[in-house]
Amino acid sequence: MKEYTYSEKKDTRSGFGAGLLELGRTNENVVALCADLIGSLKMDAFKKEFPERFYQVGIAEANMMGLAAGMTIGGKIPFTGTFANFSTGRVYDQIRQSIAYSGKNVKICASHAGLTLGEDGATHQILEDVGMMKMLPHMTVINPCDFNQTKAATIAIAEYEGPVYLRFGRPAVPNFTPADQKFEIGKAVMLNEGTDVTIIATGHLVWKAIEAGHKLAEKGINAEVINIHTIKPLDDEAILKSVGKTKCVVTAEEHQMNGGLGDSVAQLLGRQLPAPLEMVAVNDSFGESGTPDQLMEKYGLSTENIVAAAERVISRK
Amino acid sequence: MNPHNKSIEELKEIAAQVRRDIVRMVHAVNSGHPGGSLGCTDYFVSLYFRMMNYKPQPFNMDGEGEDLFFLSNGHISPVWYSVLARAGFFEVSELATFRKINSRLQGHPATEEGLPGIRVASGSLGQGLSVAVGAAQTKKLNKDNNLVYVLMGDGELGEGQVWEAAMYAAHNKVDNLIATVDRNYQQIDGGTEEVLALGDLRAKFEAFGWHVLEADGNNFETLLPALEDAKRATGNGKPVMILMNTEMGFGVDFMMGSHKWHGVAPNDEQLEIALQQLAVEQASDY
Repeated sequence: MKEYTYSEKKDTRSGFGAGLLELGRTNENVVALCADLIGSLKMDAFKKEFPERFYQVGIAEANMMGLAAGMTIGGKIPFTGTFANFSTGRVYDQIRQSIAYSGKNVKICASHAGLTLGEDGATHQILEDVGMMKMLPHMTVINPCDFNQTKAATIAIAEYEGPVYLRFGRPAVPNFTPADQKFEIGKAVMLNEGTDVTIIATGHLVWKAIEAGHKLAEKGINAEVINIHTIKPLDDEAILKSVGKTKCVVTAEEHQMNGGLGDSVAQLLGRQLPAPLEMVAVNDSFGESGTPDQLMEKYGLSTENIVAAAERVISRK
Repeated sequence: MNPHNKSIEELKEIAAQVRRDIVRMVHAVNSGHPGGSLGCTDYFVSLYFRMMNYKPQPFNMDGEGEDLFFLSNGHISPVWYSVLARAGFFEVSELATFRKINSRLQGHPATEEGLPGIRVASGSLGQGLSVAVGAAQTKKLNKDNNLVYVLMGDGELGEGQVWEAAMYAAHNKVDNLIATVDRNYQQIDGGTEEVLALGDLRAKFEAFGWHVLEADGNNFETLLPALEDAKRATGNGKPVMILMNTEMGFGVDFMMGSHKWHGVAPNDEQLEIALQQLAVEQASDY
């Protein structure tokens, strides 16, 4: 089993900020818009170095999405930045009509997704954003797992033509992905090969899935751990290959069960390879105030929850 | 440079032909929105046959080096489709496919099927001004001195996003933009002042920091000079707004002055009467 190490914990939103700054230096068509959350989205450096390509929109997210759609006409690649809640639910119709249906090359970059936003509570802890975005035709949905992968994803989506939803968050998490790892949209990353159970995780749950793999190994269970950073388009081939081998699967994500990664995996397996499946996800409830760790534990998104789900799903084989 | 640059007399003939297209298109599928389409016909004809700088073919989505037009109140697609066809973006015969299965002429304008002339989908109201402002800012970044036009309905101003965009455009001095409100005082459920009063729109937009003009949208003799005035007002640090008074259903007497023809098609008999009223010297119906 492969050992993953990290030198520091970093927030994924800072990976976005670093990627955006690099894009500013390498791609003159990249422009950035922000709805009064420059510091939270880590867009300060881009704004400072490229003020002529940075647009402060104010607290007006609907307008921001329309502006971004319009800015593509003439060849710009707009990156919008605000919290995940205000990047999706608040502006769903603007994204649907002006961006997705219109096929506009807008990158919707969303921070503070999920429970790990913490103390601000359920108003801001969106757990439905992946579902909303993946339902939209033409939309690509990406949820990277650490600083390095978020930076790489930010740079990669500028090269891809079409609307993208890029989801990341606030807490510092282990930064273990190699800094030079190429980000391939739609390609699963195999973290540990195994034969007894497949664990498919996305975003902040990827590190917990690696930890769960080690705990399972101590119990004599050989888990395969896969990082699915791209929820749409889903890497069907990698998932089918793995589940074909292990015959059961656990999905793990910081999102509602309805509409999330687990939902996509269930659809795939239901159609092509029925197999026992357990979902580590929020079960049809809103979040609340608390520290990120407290919330992840209370809502069933801990390493132990993944371990327990793996044991359950193996017993159902 | 406008590719057609027609005289007022020629514009009147084109407008009558476009109005014939509108009533025939909505009649053929017994659906669509003739009222606002007829009211805004003279505006569309003025833009595409006299005012705007553009190349109909090959259609270029990015529109660099061209003036751009956006329609926010997408339900008046019949007038836009007719004008685009007659201006040379696609064959006039394609108007016969309006709202039918497998057509590029969707009920509301869309880019999905690749219809030349359309740069963003519209129909869900209140979004066009934001898109136009964004396109205008890209023109500035690209050092492209051409203008961006956008048309909105007046009932549509109930959408909050319009006012977000209005604040933003003035704050950011987006002065290469000419927005127009089709002030026909009608919306689906009745008069605009009865449903949700818009009040003094000049005062509102001026308070938001816009340069505001008023125009009669159903009279080429005054509409063309107003559009020229609007063009001259660009480049002065403020976005430009034309409050354009029109009559819903203009040109067909029984459709005028009422919201009832917002989204209703004429029957066979009504179509015949409408076409008699919209006579042209040499009709070239599709």
